[in-house]
Amino acid sequence: MTSPRTLYDKIWDSHVVEEQQSGNSLIYIDRHIIHEVTSPQAFEGLRTAGRSLRRVETILAVPDHNVPTTADRETRVDSIESKTQLDALERNCKEFNVDYIPMMDARQGIVHIVGPEQGFTLPGTTLVCGDSHTSTHGAFGALAFGIGTSEVEHVMATQTLILKRSKNLRIDVSGPLGSGVTAKDVALAVIGKIGTAGGTGSVIEFTGSTFTNLSMEGRMTVCNMAIEGGARAGLIAPDDKTYDYIKGKPKAPKEAEFEVAVKYWNSLKSDPEAKYDNEVFINAFDIVPQVTWGTSPEDVLPITGIIPDPMNFKGLDKKASIKRALDYMGLKPGTKLTDIKVDKVFIGSCTNGRIEDMRAVAAVVKGRRIVVQALIVPGSGLVKLQAEHEGLDQIFIDAGFEWREPGCSMCLAMNADKILPQERCASTSNRNFEGRQGPKSRTHLVSPAMAAAAALRGYLTDIREL
Amino acid sequence: MDKFTKISSVAAPLPITNIDTDMIIPQNFLRTIERTGLGKHAFSNIRYNDDGSEQKNFILNQPAYRRAQILIAGENFGCGSSREHAPWALTDFGLRCIIAPSFADIFYGNSFKNGLLPIKLPQDIIDSLIKDAERGANAVFTVDLENLEITRPDGEVIGFEIDPFRQHCLVNGLDDIGLTMERGEKISAFEKEQKIQQPWLYK
Ligand code: SF4
Repeated sequence: MTSPRTLYDKIWDSHVVEEQQSGNSLIYIDRHIIHEVTSPQAFEGLRTAGRSLRRVETILAVPDHNVPTTADRETRVDSIESKTQLDALERNCKEFNVDYIPMMDARQGIVHIVGPEQGFTLPGTTLVCGDSHTSTHGAFGALAFGIGTSEVEHVMATQTLILKRSKNLRIDVSGPLGSGVTAKDVALAVIGKIGTAGGTGSVIEFTGSTFTNLSMEGRMTVCNMAIEGGARAGLIAPDDKTYDYIKGKPKAPKEAEFEVAVKYWNSLKSDPEAKYDNEVFINAFDIVPQVTWGTSPEDVLPITGIIPDPMNFKGLDKKASIKRALDYMGLKPGTKLTDIKVDKVFIGSCTNGRIEDMRAVAAVVKGRRIVVQALIVPGSGLVKLQAEHEGLDQIFIDAGFEWREPGCSMCLAMNADKILPQERCASTSNRNFEGRQGPKSRTHLVSPAMAAAAALRGYLTDIREL
Repeated sequence: MDKFTKISSVAAPLPITNIDTDMIIPQNFLRTIERTGLGKHAFSNIRYNDDGSEQKNFILNQPAYRRAQILIAGENFGCGSSREHAPWALTDFGLRCIIAPSFADIFYGNSFKNGLLPIKLPQDIIDSLIKDAERGANAVFTVDLENLEITRPDGEVIGFEIDPFRQHCLVNGLDDIGLTMERGEKISAFEKEQKIQQPWLYK
């Protein structure tokens, strides 16, 4: 009898090629997604060393970070540098024969939305991408994590990575979500509780009825933000919802093979007696809609809260960093969060750019008018088509939103979509770092419904009181 | 990759927690297809004023620290994105060693692959090193990776720990892709086995 194991242990064990003397393991990588920003130097490295791709069929390429989101995107060049990167991806994929989804293809979108949509993301696999939000794919029970460009090159050449086993951190949230509370609020509340370094060195497994009751979209939102809690990967055990989502997707196993796969995937869930290195339990009842006020995702509070006073924090460093965050954000201690005026609203990103998010926004803004500039950027061409099929685009346009083409957009402002210096944005993305949405931009992270409410009122707003 | 055996340098104190990758190298400088040339943009948002002139208060702009090869920082250094542009920018700028109480996982791994040594030490030791570092040009530290030792300006020696494999690669400037490629047969054997168990991964 082997001792009881977690989902993470099982995926890890089934991918060990070799235990190395140093205490590291050579881990096999099944799936690799690449985009234009973190892959050019890896291809260049291969070329310089005269190396080839070990298994080209395990790679999927799609441009997302730099692409324009305006309707004239095909002819529009935001900058020479962006164009150079986009062209380099296309050229490299041609040269190395990599499966490439071009910008003008209906399937194009943010890597972490495209992978699942194409059935490329499968339970029990190891999946990597040169992007920290690769943790998103953990919603399918895949061990998925972000890697640097040297590791991208390592995977391309060898289909493996040299890794050290992580610790198991269990985060259990149980119970039904209150009204107006979404997967995003759960993710933010978890980070508020464990801190941005709380998961460092660990892989998080999200357990409990709150997660099993979430849709696949919601589960992806939660796993997406595992990295903001410091964990390289987040995992949710695959179940029937997972299989329903995958079934029929272009790259998913078909028919009899699908049934065999499901049987295997069902064997992956953590054994009842499995031990975790750390466990955190949260009652979903205690979670209300969340909003960040500072420059780290852990700077988060219920929307009913007030801006904290740096003097109430322990330690000189902490006091200084809170003060620095408030100065940057242009906020004063004691201000009610709902009294904070916003200049722009951004809805999209790999955190909240899926169809469910589009629907949530439409439900809030239908028949109303927004009062600030607001972008709504679907996470992929397929999300966009689905939204248009459901008539959501018209609801957005009637309300005053700009309905854009898919891409990362204002989540990190590498293309023309930016928050201007000192402007304040309610954003459904995942990072509120200094300068994240453009130099000196000020970001408040919220759920799609809360972002929509902020767009309607022009202030951070408690969705429950709209 | 550049070897790292031993360096002697002043250390710049930057005791801010959660120094994230967006702060180390902002997004508008990620649009490059090269590994080099990012040093001038390192810490750009806090290093320069809007008109492009230098922020006088920023530590690495101060005369004593302009050539520092060592940076001493707060907890959770390098959190955020997986961009390897972060260590590329730091090394291109001239830094070779970051000392902090903790690092984000991805940044930590990326550093070793680029000749940048991240050293974890407890907060109380960091606090005392920062005091040393604040003495500026008069305070030279030596970091010796082969012997896993930091020598403080007053001569006191502090030990640190690094994974032996990473130490070996960095001291010898080894490229781990080459090393892994030598395990080709093992990898093929794994694939053969996996293909039987999960044939859907081999389409
Ligand atoms: S949407 Fe934002 S977080 Fe997601 S991959 Fe793009 S830039 Fe990264």
